[in-house]
Amino acid sequence: MSNLQQVFANGKAFIPFITAGDPSIEITEQLVLEMAKAGADLIEIGIPFSDPVAEGPVIQAADYRALSGGVTTDKIFTMMRRIRNSCNVPIAFMTYVNPIFTYGTDKFMKNCQETGIDAIIVPDVPYEERDELMPFCLKYNVNLISMIAPTSRNRIRMITNEAQGFIYCVSSMGVTGVRQEIGNDVEKMIKIVKEVKDIPCAIGFGISTLEQAAQMAKFADGVIVGSAIIKIVEQYGEDCVPHVVEYVRMMKNAI
Amino acid sequence: MILNGLVREARNREIVGAYGDLARYQWGVYDSIQNEWAIYRQFGWYHRGLKAFVPFSGMKAFFVCIFKRRMMNMSKGRFGIHGGQYIPETLMNAVIELEEAYDRFKNDPEFIAELDNLLNNYAGRPSLLYYAKKMTKDLGGAKIYLKREDLNHTGSHKINNVLGQIILAKRMGKTRIIAETGAGQHGVATATAAALMGMECEIYMGKEDTDRQALNVFRMKLLGAKVHEVTSGTQTLKDAVNETMREWTQRVKDTHYVLGSVMGPHPFPTIVRDFQSIIGREVKQQMLEKEGRLPDAVMACVGGGSNAMGLFYDFIKDDTVRLIGCEAAGYGVNTDKTAATMATGRVGIFHGMKSYFCQDKDGQIAPVYSISAGLDYPGVGPEHANLRDMGRAEYVPVTDDEAVEAFEYLSRTEGIIPAIESAHAVAYAKKLAPTMSQDQIMVICLSGRGDKDVAAMARYKGVQIYE
Repeated sequence: MSNLQQVFANGKAFIPFITAGDPSIEITEQLVLEMAKAGADLIEIGIPFSDPVAEGPVIQAADYRALSGGVTTDKIFTMMRRIRNSCNVPIAFMTYVNPIFTYGTDKFMKNCQETGIDAIIVPDVPYEERDELMPFCLKYNVNLISMIAPTSRNRIRMITNEAQGFIYCVSSMGVTGVRQEIGNDVEKMIKIVKEVKDIPCAIGFGISTLEQAAQMAKFADGVIVGSAIIKIVEQYGEDCVPHVVEYVRMMKNAI
Repeated sequence: MILNGLVREARNREIVGAYGDLARYQWGVYDSIQNEWAIYRQFGWYHRGLKAFVPFSGMKAFFVCIFKRRMMNMSKGRFGIHGGQYIPETLMNAVIELEEAYDRFKNDPEFIAELDNLLNNYAGRPSLLYYAKKMTKDLGGAKIYLKREDLNHTGSHKINNVLGQIILAKRMGKTRIIAETGAGQHGVATATAAALMGMECEIYMGKEDTDRQALNVFRMKLLGAKVHEVTSGTQTLKDAVNETMREWTQRVKDTHYVLGSVMGPHPFPTIVRDFQSIIGREVKQQMLEKEGRLPDAVMACVGGGSNAMGLFYDFIKDDTVRLIGCEAAGYGVNTDKTAATMATGRVGIFHGMKSYFCQDKDGQIAPVYSISAGLDYPGVGPEHANLRDMGRAEYVPVTDDEAVEAFEYLSRTEGIIPAIESAHAVAYAKKLAPTMSQDQIMVICLSGRGDKDVAAMARYKGVQIYE
């Protein structure tokens, strides 16, 4: 678990998200290694799902590209083993509950432990259903990250009490994707979390520009950026690595 | 006090001492018991100091508790292992508020009176239970009755659920309604009720379905609804559900999602089943009036499973009544062009629920196929999944060809054009009836009428007509 604490030890954390297998598993591997060098504090790797209900059009398209390219959960674990030969960056998996459940939750978490996955983020497992995954997460020492949203209100305290690792704060309503403006609900949410316990808070959903990232970093411990990076991957395809690295470096410097 | 009430309710339902009788425990019990402690309390007590559960007598009860806790998986809205609330945090308060509102209003006399009034004077209930004499004679076996949900206003059973949910939404202060639709029957019913109630209405429908059910798209627009063509994924019902869920996370405060089947996160499977259970209650009463006894088999088509669940629910306790769900097998269960979830699917978690789903070994939801847009869904409602696990209901696959043949058969034999969805149930009845004796009785739920399918049927037969 210490690996996850180190994420927030080095100032404000920058957390990029990429979808495994988009545009190919080889490029994903390069992206992880290079983003780590460019200053990413934690890398969120999405295991693609056919029906990602929490995602906007950009990440939906990335999932579709990855699945069309033939990526599977096993191939992603194999990639992780290669990455772990040379790179120690903290890594979290983001996926939906069905790919985990159908793969076998026990086997999935065991592989996570073996390949040094520090945390998993599963948007369709809310507090009420955490027992679906939690026993296996505890068994294999993988943090199950809790999410809070602008609609959470009275639930924030309850969720925070049981949270581990860090809290994923959903910045605004709706699905993932670039937004022009982000409301100020999230600042209040974080305030409530910190009243309950001292646990790092990372903000995600909608953040794309340096200004937004800097703004969010004022009150959060970390900033998560997904769709903006996936857009770069989409635009440059196989040649995306230097462009993504440049973006990650700029974002890390901005916060 | 509340806890005592729940415990009493649990006792009434014979849970106490039901160690061996898990089946009885499983259905219809803990979906209504919202507090797991109600069950724990029967076997022991929670010691605050020890932070442990202390059983009253012996370890047996303790293990039973642990077992049941596993079965319940701690969360609400379970049917055996199925059901639950697997949805993003953003929607959790919305479903909790919906559950609270439903619990508050479902026994409220004013709410019930308003719903009954609409069902009777607007939707045209009770629907007929018709003795299909010619069909019975032709098949030469069991006596066949048709439950005529196709005669409801808007042409299907969907109106039963929609009216209930919309007056509930109105009481919750919602002003905007969103819904998914496959064949368009649920979309039309929702648009109709929204027009009646003066609520804003937006319908999500897969692009493939808007093409093959063009008439229903125009009907919805005529009723004042905005129809969104969904172009993501397979562009059918599953993707329409995805898109409606996404829209709900975007705007949950003033918006109610009128889910159209006994699926999705708790409390939807329970709410939709309760509003549809009028079908089975009427069948039971009508059957007792006409025949003085219960039927031997009741059957209905199953996509998500709302008309089937509505028909089955009142008969679950009646062990002598066979419950038969007819799934869409498309080209056949041995091909990949099928939507027969029970026959080809595995347990998974999707669209807010644990249930059976058509999926690959990595848990990717499979593209499914059926001639019927309303049954073209890769999952099935969680209560059906549990009825199957318990062996209480049977689920049989019916191919496109069999359904089309039944569609024509019922039209010619009884002068009733069924929806292609309902024709799946008719097709299986045609197989089953001759194997039953003449003093046995079966009821087929005609969930909808077939006007919407006429053009598609013509195309299927190679005649190019368009509405």
